[in-house]
Amino acid sequence: MSSVKTQQSRNDDGLAAVVPATAPPQVIKRRRKPLTWDKVSFFAVFLGLPLAIYLLFVIWPFIQAFGYSLTDWSGFSPTQNFIGLENYSKIFTDDIFMKAMGNNILLVIFLPIITIILSLILASLVTVGGSSKGQIKGLRNSSFYRVVSFFPYTIPAIAIGIMWGQIYDPSGGLLNGILTGLGMDQFKDFAWLGDKNTAMIATMFVIVWGFVGFYMVLFVAGIKGIPAELFEAARIDGAGRFRTAVSITIPLIRDNIQTAYIYMGILALDAFVYMAALNSGGGPDNSTLVMAQQLFFTAFSKGQFGLASAMGVVLAVATLIFSGLVFVVNRLTGGDKDVSL
Amino acid sequence: MTTKVSTPERKSLHFQPRTPATSTSDKVVGAVSHTALTIWTLIVILPLLWTFMSSFKTSSEIFASPFALPAEWKLDNYVKAWSEAGIGSAFLNSVLVVAVALVIVMVLGAMCAYVLARYTFPGSRAIYYLMLAGLTFPIFLAMVPLFFVLKNMGLLNTLPGLILVYVGFALPFTVFFLFSFFKSLPHEITEAAALDGAGEWRTFFQVMLPMAKPGLASVAIFNFLGLWNQFLIPVSINAAGPRVLSQELAAFAGQMGYAVDYGALFAAVSVTVIPVLIVYVIFQRQLQGSVSQGTSK
Repeated sequence: MSSVKTQQSRNDDGLAAVVPATAPPQVIKRRRKPLTWDKVSFFAVFLGLPLAIYLLFVIWPFIQAFGYSLTDWSGFSPTQNFIGLENYSKIFTDDIFMKAMGNNILLVIFLPIITIILSLILASLVTVGGSSKGQIKGLRNSSFYRVVSFFPYTIPAIAIGIMWGQIYDPSGGLLNGILTGLGMDQFKDFAWLGDKNTAMIATMFVIVWGFVGFYMVLFVAGIKGIPAELFEAARIDGAGRFRTAVSITIPLIRDNIQTAYIYMGILALDAFVYMAALNSGGGPDNSTLVMAQQLFFTAFSKGQFGLASAMGVVLAVATLIFSGLVFVVNRLTGGDKDVSL
Repeated sequence: MTTKVSTPERKSLHFQPRTPATSTSDKVVGAVSHTALTIWTLIVILPLLWTFMSSFKTSSEIFASPFALPAEWKLDNYVKAWSEAGIGSAFLNSVLVVAVALVIVMVLGAMCAYVLARYTFPGSRAIYYLMLAGLTFPIFLAMVPLFFVLKNMGLLNTLPGLILVYVGFALPFTVFFLFSFFKSLPHEITEAAALDGAGEWRTFFQVMLPMAKPGLASVAIFNFLGLWNQFLIPVSINAAGPRVLSQELAAFAGQMGYAVDYGALFAAVSVTVIPVLIVYVIFQRQLQGSVSQGTSK
């Protein structure tokens, strides 16, 4: 049956190739036929193939992880017993994991806000820092700043981590070299990543360094999408630069800010690469240990796959709660209401 | 108001250009802005220059002074990093894996997005939301089961296994982004193609795909960066396999405690950073455009 259809559609194709494009539209009818081989094979390949890969390598592991998290499976043993929520109670009484979770919470609180404020300021300077007379325009040579700021985004996170590990190096590093060069001798041989008071801040700075440029470009694009008439009107009404930024720019690129906040938050809940590169052991006093590191260690070094899966579920739930919170807060404070352009 | 301005050009171009008289406050604001931006630019660029400069120094030179220029601009460190430390083979592995995965994910992602955007059938919304779910869940959750999925298939610690997983995890972003792109293409063109006798396959490959080129380029750039930078997936499921660049770099830095050769480490980092940076500077115009495209939807 299907071979007949193949034959037929082949004939049609052949016909279409021979008959000039202006030929009378006898072929339209073919489109109305319920299922041709062309259509069946099209759907099978176009939808089936991507879905198969996606389900097998992404969705199925996600589902399995929830299942594993309820077992005591320790790596390569064939037996895995269902132990209910025991793994979860173990996690929440584990001091080291709770410390890691605390560090992740610190990151979630500070990373998005610092990155977004810094990139918003830079984006505003680039776009509306120009003359207050005549047409609204950005700073001169602003594309140079934009291009350079984006550099870190093209560098693999692991390379960023290794590079900054060297910059923070107590004796041969760039930072202490600059600081002692400026006469601050108390920083001679100071171990930024080895002191529990500075390790987290130094690490956060590295992540901020890596992402400010990207969000700056994102916000610049958002600000440029705002019609210039709005800025003109604000100026005629006597709004200064600061007022314009707070009352016009930020409300109008609110959706971009929300997206940035969620992305940065998800990154802060992970942060594995940076932590692994800068302080692979979790830092002094576990001050830079994050949940993802503990998960990785539990799974691939200790082989406690059930426990590690439960940590993964905690991480996933934390991510969902965070994204939900951002949405709710944005809604409650008036997002989506008066920002439609 | 149905026309959509897709170019990142300022609308202010419509205004009559006047010759502005620069006031003192403008000069102050301009100076402050330039200063602030210059400081940030220095913060970005100094670490990179320092890394590049140090990659030519010997370990003792690095410890003697962080600022001094190398005595000789020799490529010894690069030779050492490239061949002895295995950065060379890891670089080629990375190029191979990322290139193959990128081609596959772009083709499959475009096909899937096209079907979801242009055809309504039972379950199409469900599939779309399934893709969205894959974007929000942390990759970490999947790593342990994924390890065993690949093990059972005999693909653990192999480059084909790595490629398939890369494709799987890059797929939701690709579909999500291209979905809105295909949705915005006019329906008349599909009808015209059908009138001319093109089947579903030909319509896609000869009509729709060429029209989607700008969208495809943007997604390809972001997928490239994402896959090239990927660290967690290779260290989890390819720990004992042929290493990719990010893995080799981490391994190299990890053994530094024992065999201190900082010059070679800086060279290894430079080898990782410079090629992508050069490509970025060449294509930065397209990239800036695609950031605005990708986020305004």
